[in-house]
Amino acid sequence: MEWITLSIDGRTVTVPKGTTVLEACRMNNIPIPTLCHDPELSNYGSCRMCIVEIEGMRNLPPSCVTQATQGMVVRTQTSKVRNARTTILELLVANHPLDCMTCQKMGDCALAEYAYEYRVTGEVFKGQRRELPLDDSNPFILRDPNKCILCGKCVRACEEIQGRSVLDFSFRGFNAQVGPAFNLPYSESECVFCGSCVSVCPVGALTEKKMVGQGRPWEVEKVQTTCPFCGTGCNFDLNVKDGKVIGVTSNPEAPVNGKALCVKGRFGMDLIHNSERLTTPLIKKDGEFVEATWDEAMDLVAQKLGEVKQEHGADAIAVLSSARCTNEENFLMQKLARAVIGTNNIDHCART
Amino acid sequence: MCEACEDLIDPKETELDAVIARHVREKGALIPVLQKAQEIYGYLPAEVLKHVGRGLRIPLSKIYGVVTFYAQFRLMPMGRNVLRVCLGTACHVRGGAKVLETIEQELGVKDGGTTEDQRFTLEIVACIGACGLAPTMMINDEVHGRLTAENVTEILSKYE
Amino acid sequence: MKTLLDPCCDRCTHTPETPCRDYVRCLTEGPICHDDPACKAEKQRLLKEIKPNEENQQIFVCTGTGCASCGAHNIVDSLNEEINHQGLANTVNVVPTGCHGFCEQGPTLIIEPRQILYTLVKPDDVAEIVQKEFVEGERVERLLYVDPLTNQPATTFANANFFAKQTRVVLNNCGFINPEKIEDYIARDGYKGLTNALQKMTPVEVIDEVKKSGLRGRGGAGFPTGLKWSFCRQAIGDKKYIICNADEGDPGAFMDRGVLEGDPHAVIEGMLIGAYAIGADEGYVYCRAEYPLAIKHLEIAIRQAEEVGLLGDNILNSGFNFHLFIRAGAGAFVCGEETALIASIEGKRGMPKVRPPFPAQSGLWGKPTNNNNVETWANVPHILRNGADRYAQFGTEKSKGTKIFALTGKVNNTGLAEVPMGMTLRDIIFDIGGGIQNGKKFKAVQIGGPSGGCLPDEMLDLQVDYDTLTKAGAMVGSGGLVVMDETTCMVDIARFFLNFSQSESCGKCTPCREGTKRMWEILDKITKGEGREEDLDTLEQLARVVKETSLCGLGQNAPNPVLSALKYFRHEFEAHIRDKNCPAHVCSALLTYRIDPDKCKKCGLCAKSCPAGCITGDKKTPYEIDATACIKCGTCAKVCKFGAVLRE
Repeated sequence: MEWITLSIDGRTVTVPKGTTVLEACRMNNIPIPTLCHDPELSNYGSCRMCIVEIEGMRNLPPSCVTQATQGMVVRTQTSKVRNARTTILELLVANHPLDCMTCQKMGDCALAEYAYEYRVTGEVFKGQRRELPLDDSNPFILRDPNKCILCGKCVRACEEIQGRSVLDFSFRGFNAQVGPAFNLPYSESECVFCGSCVSVCPVGALTEKKMVGQGRPWEVEKVQTTCPFCGTGCNFDLNVKDGKVIGVTSNPEAPVNGKALCVKGRFGMDLIHNSERLTTPLIKKDGEFVEATWDEAMDLVAQKLGEVKQEHGADAIAVLSSARCTNEENFLMQKLARAVIGTNNIDHCART
Repeated sequence: MCEACEDLIDPKETELDAVIARHVREKGALIPVLQKAQEIYGYLPAEVLKHVGRGLRIPLSKIYGVVTFYAQFRLMPMGRNVLRVCLGTACHVRGGAKVLETIEQELGVKDGGTTEDQRFTLEIVACIGACGLAPTMMINDEVHGRLTAENVTEILSKYE
Repeated sequence: MKTLLDPCCDRCTHTPETPCRDYVRCLTEGPICHDDPACKAEKQRLLKEIKPNEENQQIFVCTGTGCASCGAHNIVDSLNEEINHQGLANTVNVVPTGCHGFCEQGPTLIIEPRQILYTLVKPDDVAEIVQKEFVEGERVERLLYVDPLTNQPATTFANANFFAKQTRVVLNNCGFINPEKIEDYIARDGYKGLTNALQKMTPVEVIDEVKKSGLRGRGGAGFPTGLKWSFCRQAIGDKKYIICNADEGDPGAFMDRGVLEGDPHAVIEGMLIGAYAIGADEGYVYCRAEYPLAIKHLEIAIRQAEEVGLLGDNILNSGFNFHLFIRAGAGAFVCGEETALIASIEGKRGMPKVRPPFPAQSGLWGKPTNNNNVETWANVPHILRNGADRYAQFGTEKSKGTKIFALTGKVNNTGLAEVPMGMTLRDIIFDIGGGIQNGKKFKAVQIGGPSGGCLPDEMLDLQVDYDTLTKAGAMVGSGGLVVMDETTCMVDIARFFLNFSQSESCGKCTPCREGTKRMWEILDKITKGEGREEDLDTLEQLARVVKETSLCGLGQNAPNPVLSALKYFRHEFEAHIRDKNCPAHVCSALLTYRIDPDKCKKCGLCAKSCPAGCITGDKKTPYEIDATACIKCGTCAKVCKFGAVLRE
């Protein structure tokens, strides 16, 4: 690998050729604010927060799309850079509702974090604001287009990760907005509610609806786990408050799936605390389901299967296994079918 | 085909299908197809956009994004005549705003509006490139220049 | 009837399928492949039919968009009728042409070879023109152009001050050929540059020649054209594209329209030469949909070039292939930015992309792509036809050649003027432009459109070239020159440009999307008299950030009109803020209306029309406006027939 050496804020750093200035900074723990950048998505270069000063370049180039070159001299914290970032943040905040007290994103909001660091109040530019209706049409995702900073991450996630392209920009200039075609509510669009858009939104424009009002980020313990819904093995974080799961968020470190999840994994976890949830086996007695122990249930199943086998032969029995089971469980299931019951009639719901 | 079936065929849709078929293998065909579709229908109803999306295999969100990006595309029906008043620099300094005001009063509509009788759709544009004759306007494909508050009314009366 | 394009005899067997390397020379000097005096004479006769001379006089009627809107087509029809009627059809020929450039005086016509220019021609004048010119051999004096400064009529068009100071290279054909006929272009040395390139030069030599000419991009930034081509030539790719940017969106600029309407083959020839040099075999012209006539002429020109084998495969038997397509823009100024233009051709929203990668490496559909604007392409044939040295004789050290300016606003002679780079603004505005309308005082010239700046009278002696103008805070841009006089308010103009920029912003990057809007809001506040002292600092700081951090040229240059206005006309901003006064009497919220009792004829029309009912008076006492109730709508001033309502 070819290496290059450059200077960032007076420090000499060495990075592989092909590294962007932003990556070079992050490799060396030099903080650069970004809103539209995401290593999993294509480079968009639109928020302009990551601007730096580079000797010999006119204007303030965005570090996320500027390649580091040998001998480059980069400054990330000059007053010119900081002033420009402050102005950009003032512009964003001027077109953003300041209802942070009730915003679900508070404590985890990139805009608020940078506004705090750069002492931005939203008082400098007072003028027209976007006023668009809230999309409250579905049980999973709450979309507040007025909080959108048009970073385009959700658009790219929908297209590049999920391959759906349900979201895109519409209109232009100050009137630009993000949403499904015709700005229909999510529920009327072709959205499959994978929630990838929510997982990348840096502000409160897209939030998990069921978590609204349930807890603040600092009250929540994140427990990494594997999704039980299918055999894919996606990882995510259960958000636990006071011993109760209030929702699911993506864990970018998840080895199988990254931030991607499906609607069941991301939004189906309310079954955990559902009062209707079965906690013991049920056996039908006199036309009524009656609670039973696992031993009772197993015995009954074994007995009935045995009877069928005796009367009609093993091939009268067929076994269908579930995609919700792990590979190991599926292996055991075919073992049961072939070795114990004695039939090859074993199939799996995800096979076709 | 029987006569009853022929009645069910929408000639506009047939024309649109022909346009789509002609462009379907072409790269970057969306904008030319939308331009043709607008010529056929006069504007771009949602159903037409869906039809184009299916034909060209382009997600509807992208089509909507394109349609709302370019000034030429219309999601609402237009009047029989499209009146584009130029407020480019040259027209601005030579009193284009006054001409616009007169037209707005005359027609009773503002930028983007269509008169009730569907006679005119009014649009404000920035430069139609006839600056030498400022202030100017374009009705359909015809340019009218050296406008004044007085002669503009007369010009409008020529369009039905 | 035989035309120049037809084979001279059956010994000529060439078709586009069996092309001839000497096709262009054959038409003008030919035939080449066989020596037959009869064929040669026939070719020369046909050529003579195209070029004006005493036996074949021609009336070039401008039917560009401007003159067409003033009835030029009726004039063409009347002329033809009258000429037939007088039995002159064999010696006089009417040629509808593209723009003569003298839009202020349109419809115009030029009679060749006598070089007579008639201006503001009406269909009723036609009979007199034909009678005097072609029967009596005299002039129609009243239709000659009269110089507003000297009051002398111009005896030839070259004498008219508007044309006299111009150097027409790119516009050389505009107004003197029928743009719908390829033979007219070929008769005036068209496609000779292409022939030279294909026959005598390697692609690298072509690029070197363009580099040597010093040609720089005419679309705005002024990047050296030859260098740009070489990047794309060197880029690795199995397929390359070239693009002609004809999305001329700058308000106040119409030179590209003039060239496309009047001389479309020049653009095609330029693109052919560029494609050969770069190694591209496919090209697109991206033209505004607002230019229907330009698109029509271009379509005809492409079809004709294809028919004779100047576009297509194995052009002039050189093995070089090139196919050209037109894409009509759909109305977005930002598509003048090349990455946005490429996105638009690809059928996407015209949002600019971050660079790198540059289009020369990864452009249209990810392939190396070279993009130049109409005027740049139209310069190329001249360089290859006459050589780089002859081209470079015009212009300054770093800005070579000529530039077309669109002269508009409060100037006497509006129109298209082509001048050598380095001419002063004063010469352009006062000599060619004939000075300010109605004897008013010059205040500023806005140069370079929404990306440019306003320059005051002390800058009038500035040389117009890329570097000088950029240093002064304006830019050559596409070449719009909007002249402003004392009745133009500079705050209002700055607001006007910001309104344009913010409505044309694509909305992708934060500084342009949000910043141009806020700049417009601050300026709007100032024009309404609600500005505060600190607004100017906020405005300036915001303008600098938008300039330094925006993604594309639109955002980076959008603050220029504000910054230049603040630099040269700060006092006007201060007058609006401190004194609540608009010195040019433009900003309506800052005006007061007063009735001059001496001029008032007491007709009462103003009082009747006043929507606020704040004008009182009667037949005996002059009318008076109650300033506290006046809503400053200006209706009274509009209706007063005696000019008694004063705006102060």
